[in-house]
Amino acid sequence: MAQNDIRYLTPINIEIKKEKYCRFKKNGMKFLDFKDADYLLKLVNEQGKILPRRITGTSAKYQKRVNKAIKRARHLALMPYVADMLK
Amino acid sequence: MNSYETVFILTPVLSEEQAKEAVQAFESEVKALKGKVSHSESWGLRKLAYPIQKKSTGFYFLTEFQAPGSAIGELEVMFKRDERVMRFLTVKMDKDHLAYAETRRARLGAKKKPAAEAEA
Repeated sequence: MAQNDIRYLTPINIEIKKEKYCRFKKNGMKFLDFKDADYLLKLVNEQGKILPRRITGTSAKYQKRVNKAIKRARHLALMPYVADMLK
Repeated sequence: MNSYETVFILTPVLSEEQAKEAVQAFESEVKALKGKVSHSESWGLRKLAYPIQKKSTGFYFLTEFQAPGSAIGELEVMFKRDERVMRFLTVKMDKDHLAYAETRRARLGAKKKPAAEAEA
């Protein structure tokens, strides 16, 4: 008798790892504009914090540019330093 | 000669006329320092993301210019002394930035041509 024969009613979800990619490399975007606050808003969370590479999949080279652009936008009050319910 | 881009914010207490005057003062200063203004743009009265000097709005102006590097220090000192200017940022433009500025200008020009012509 097979004791460790576990059966499930519904097949268990095995998470398929989605390959991350750098959106700037893929689109061939060379320059990130600090004046374009609407675009940069995609790269922060709802508190206005910069999203890590771990989540967005941005390459190191472009993450540096993202950081610079967001910090410049903050200085010019185009983006908030701290916020709540940004999205 | 390098290319630079400056964005500065003027206090909202100024009238339109006074704001224009401040921009003209800046542009003539660039020229006085052997620079050349290649593009200037007014974003009008905008809401700030956070209050600066207890103001929640400001006049935004964008200027692109070519100038020798020594001019930047003088311009920044001018901004600091000027009480009308709440914030400023000067960035040196590399070749990607220049290419981007070109396309951005074309895009904006296509969007509101009549306004640009009225300004010129």
